[in-house]
Amino acid sequence: MSMTAIMRWAGQAVIYAGMALWLGYFANRPVYTHLPPDQALIKLSVVHGAQRKGKCRKRTQDELDAMNPNMRTPYDCPRERLPIAIEILLDGAVLYDRSVTAAGLVHGGTTRAYERFAVASGRHELVARMVDSARTEGYDFQRAATIELSPGENFVIDFRAEAGGFLFNGKSVSYVPQG
Amino acid sequence: MSYLKRVLRMAFAWLEAGLDRIFTPACNPLYHLGALGFLYYWVVAATGIYLYIFFDTGLTEAHDSIESITYGQWYLGGVMRSLHRYASDGMVAMMMVHMLREFSLDRYRGARWFTWFTGLPVLWMVYAAGISGYWMVWDRLAQYIAIATTEWLDWLPIIGGTIARNFLNPERLDDRFFTLMVFMHIFVPLFLLFVLWIHLQRVTRPVIHPPRLLAGGTLLMLLVLSVIKPAESQPPANLDLVPSQVGLDWFYLPAYPLMDILGNGALWGLTALGTLLFIALPWLPPLRRTAAKAAVVDLANCNGCARCAEDCPYAAIEMGRRTDGRPFDRQAVVSTELCVACGICVGACPTAMPFRRASDLIPGIDLPETPARALRDRIHEAAEGLTGDARIMVFGCEHSYDAPTLAGREIAALRIPCVGMLPPAFIDYVLSRRLAEGVVLAGCSEGECHNRTGIRWTVDRLARTRDPMLRKRVPRERIETVWAPPVEGWTLRRRVAAFAEQLRRRAAEETDDRPGEAAE
Repeated sequence: MSMTAIMRWAGQAVIYAGMALWLGYFANRPVYTHLPPDQALIKLSVVHGAQRKGKCRKRTQDELDAMNPNMRTPYDCPRERLPIAIEILLDGAVLYDRSVTAAGLVHGGTTRAYERFAVASGRHELVARMVDSARTEGYDFQRAATIELSPGENFVIDFRAEAGGFLFNGKSVSYVPQG
Repeated sequence: MSYLKRVLRMAFAWLEAGLDRIFTPACNPLYHLGALGFLYYWVVAATGIYLYIFFDTGLTEAHDSIESITYGQWYLGGVMRSLHRYASDGMVAMMMVHMLREFSLDRYRGARWFTWFTGLPVLWMVYAAGISGYWMVWDRLAQYIAIATTEWLDWLPIIGGTIARNFLNPERLDDRFFTLMVFMHIFVPLFLLFVLWIHLQRVTRPVIHPPRLLAGGTLLMLLVLSVIKPAESQPPANLDLVPSQVGLDWFYLPAYPLMDILGNGALWGLTALGTLLFIALPWLPPLRRTAAKAAVVDLANCNGCARCAEDCPYAAIEMGRRTDGRPFDRQAVVSTELCVACGICVGACPTAMPFRRASDLIPGIDLPETPARALRDRIHEAAEGLTGDARIMVFGCEHSYDAPTLAGREIAALRIPCVGMLPPAFIDYVLSRRLAEGVVLAGCSEGECHNRTGIRWTVDRLARTRDPMLRKRVPRERIETVWAPPVEGWTLRRRVAAFAEQLRRRAAEETDDRPGEAAE
């Protein structure tokens, strides 16, 4: 085998080794830190249908008679829903305070809110409040709790109206009784 | 943009020249990026079938089955899994370098817009297939990807923030999720194959298999890498915990940190902008006048021999029914949409005959901006000033070293779009009319001609194995071929100088053989 051929094979070996190194290293390195080790994540996820913006009106008999039989619903309800006001407080500080409109062209769908907050692990006072009606004072739903977040914990603030409103899903949650 | 392209072209040219020496031009990986992409695809497909046999779909079963494959049968399943991952990464690497190289070579405009454009769905689908594969392992990386992807998708008003809710806590997720993922991970690569077929529709004789030596080396590299550094899972997914630190596959997942840094909306904006730019690139300045330069057929000289259609690397010529009533079955029809004006068809045309006297030199097919007749005139003009015993006529292609810079007392140099444009009869003409003692054909690159087949057809025509052939009366030793990319000007100069020396020696020998003439 000539010297040129040896050099050529050696060169190819180096190139293949370089390629292997490139593939092998970047296939899972460098490690990406998504959340600092001393922090936890609070995730808010709400899917809720707010109250209708206008009141339902009872249809008159004449109106019902004028309608197709299969369309004769006794009430005429406006489709548009009210925006939902959501407020999340952590240790008294506002973490989230937004008025969220309902989905759809006429805002007649459900209202969806999704947000995540990286917070320091440890003990916190958490309060979640919601107004889904036309009221100007007070809240339709609220819940408060003392929570203990461990580092890297995924703490979820969920919402289910049929289960009483806000649900706190975490390792250590002590609900504060509401007055 | 032009500056970026120039820098890239120079970088690639140097790399190509270096790899030519190491791999030989025939096996240079940079000339087979698409084919290597296909090789990686087949490795991914074959290993994927094996892995699927042992893969269980289920919240806990998915991770367990992958662990069992990785460690329970490390000698086969583990290697298969590693090959699957590294070949997938290799596919992305090849695809990206292929795209950058085609961009640097300006091979995305004019007739090539279609191939460029259809590369976009290939890009998207490779990523969709790869990312869905990472979900299936259902480890902490999968959890991170699943949540980040669904949050990104949820940003779109039409989706409206409901997909990510599936990953709020373990109770919300069920085994059907894996059924969906398996479907995506199998269906998308299958459909990708179909899109790749479309991608190659406007490429004649596409190269989809790398040379055996290169394929063997690549497979060996993957195998060694898989044994030395097997692909492993991260700890199983746990939706109660945030995957704080993840080992990302940076070939597939570089966009994920951007979601954290820029936000989902900004990433959507970047994605849309990048996609639009990719689509618009073939029509952005500086524009080339491709349509104006397309080859034209002269029916009075076209006998329908179909050599031009056979040799066209871009399938831009079809043989249609005769329209002029002459006694030939067919005629060449050029698609101006597909023609890149390389002139290879002119080189293939038997009527591109510079010896013509009875009629003007108008071949059956010609380039309007570089007509054969003008080329003959340029040959005469260039030859006029030449003196000495080793006069050389260099025909350099537009994509090789700038041949006209070689011009001097003994050397005339002409630029043509591609060496494949030069009909062998022109070489015969130069030598038999004693316009020069030698002819040099300077093409762009031995491993990969800019116009795909220009160099291949030239070599075959000179070897008298492809029509139109070099006539037997033409002394082959008076023709030199040099395939030198722009960065290898010194190679061209050295080879031309050596050729001149050879011609001088020959001239001296011929003089010695004719003592009477020498005495005169």
